[in-house]
Amino acid sequence: MSTAKHEREPLFSSKNRKLLTSPLNLNNPITVQVLGVCSALAVTAKLKPAFVMAISVVVVTALSNYIISLLRNGIPPRIRIIVQLVIIALLVIVVDQLLKAYVYDVSKQLSVFVGLIITNCIVMGRLEAFAMSNKPWPSLLDGIGNGLGYGMILMIIGFFRELFGSGSLWGFPVIPQSFYEMGYKNNGFMILPPMALILVGIIIWVQRSRNKELLEEN
Amino acid sequence: MQELFNIFIRSIFIDNMVFAYFLGMCSFLAVSKTVNTSVGLGIAVVFVLGITVPVDYLLNEYVLKAGALAWLDESLADMDLSFLSFIMFIAIIASMVQLVEMVVEKFSPALYSSLGIFLPLIAVNCAILGGSLFMQEREYQTVAQATVFGIGSGIGWFLAIVGIAAIREKMRYSNIPAPLRGLGITFILTGLMGIAFMSFLGIKL
Repeated sequence: MSTAKHEREPLFSSKNRKLLTSPLNLNNPITVQVLGVCSALAVTAKLKPAFVMAISVVVVTALSNYIISLLRNGIPPRIRIIVQLVIIALLVIVVDQLLKAYVYDVSKQLSVFVGLIITNCIVMGRLEAFAMSNKPWPSLLDGIGNGLGYGMILMIIGFFRELFGSGSLWGFPVIPQSFYEMGYKNNGFMILPPMALILVGIIIWVQRSRNKELLEEN
Repeated sequence: MQELFNIFIRSIFIDNMVFAYFLGMCSFLAVSKTVNTSVGLGIAVVFVLGITVPVDYLLNEYVLKAGALAWLDESLADMDLSFLSFIMFIAIIASMVQLVEMVVEKFSPALYSSLGIFLPLIAVNCAILGGSLFMQEREYQTVAQATVFGIGSGIGWFLAIVGIAAIREKMRYSNIPAPLRGLGITFILTGLMGIAFMSFLGIKL
């Protein structure tokens, strides 16, 4: 950070903007850092729960990054995991109660996966890797960026699974009736869990063939 | 007895943690490079799930559930603390993992050194918290059922990670398109294994 010189960094300097944008592609939490796959895939059979889940994760990652970064000098290193878990759990409880109050049907569909944001590796991973050693404002941006990168993959998977699996988007049918009359059928396989994994595999394939520097050995 | 057996089989094969709910994917993908380490992590997960699920069950039954505090005093009968369950469960899990670590270190140093690195990591494995949350959602009747469910889910996770590690060891000799190598092919393999596990859906229990 450029704080060694005592000049104020502009709020959206190029370095800060990079914190927001790099998780969207080159440093994507799901396809590159492999964090937070855990609770991501089960909620993507439809677009709407995927969207709600994405928003919840953005909120939790951003706020927990911010709070931990404010507290970072006061947390004893030996018990930092517990402190982090408690703060994340508090934020998740707030999110869960809000979802139950305002979008009850979606909250029922997400069932245990809202609670699982606590152990979502993105949140913990970013706290450990970034917030513990950076100032609050960059940490907030990093949290939002990583939440968005995660949300983007969720929306892409949700889009394809709902379009081909149920022939609708956001609950509205988009494939015209005439297609069905010509013999088109919804692919029920897209709704099932294994297809989400295969879709992520394909997204990784596309992303890596476009960005050669991400290729792995073996 | 019959019912316990049903829960056991269900939690291993039909409601498999990895293939049906994608829980514990982070460590599943990161640690499944060789069979030896994945066996170690798998055993640790079975162990911790077998302990935390019944403990969380008791906590849920006697403290958190709506009306659960009635045994303490009549006036507490309409208390509902279930909104606290996330934070209580994660606290129990984190402290149980710490406790298990100390007990294993004391009584079985050999097991400790083979699990060593993985034990603390397990506190943040979603499969563990997921086990407790599913236990709460499915409303099991007795401690025995909760225990069997915990151990069964652990064994299901164990089978999945050992299976994928064995396949990945063999994959080294095959010619995969460069952009799919490593992570990409592992996702697709997990998907294919999930399809295979779906054949268990036909079992009527």
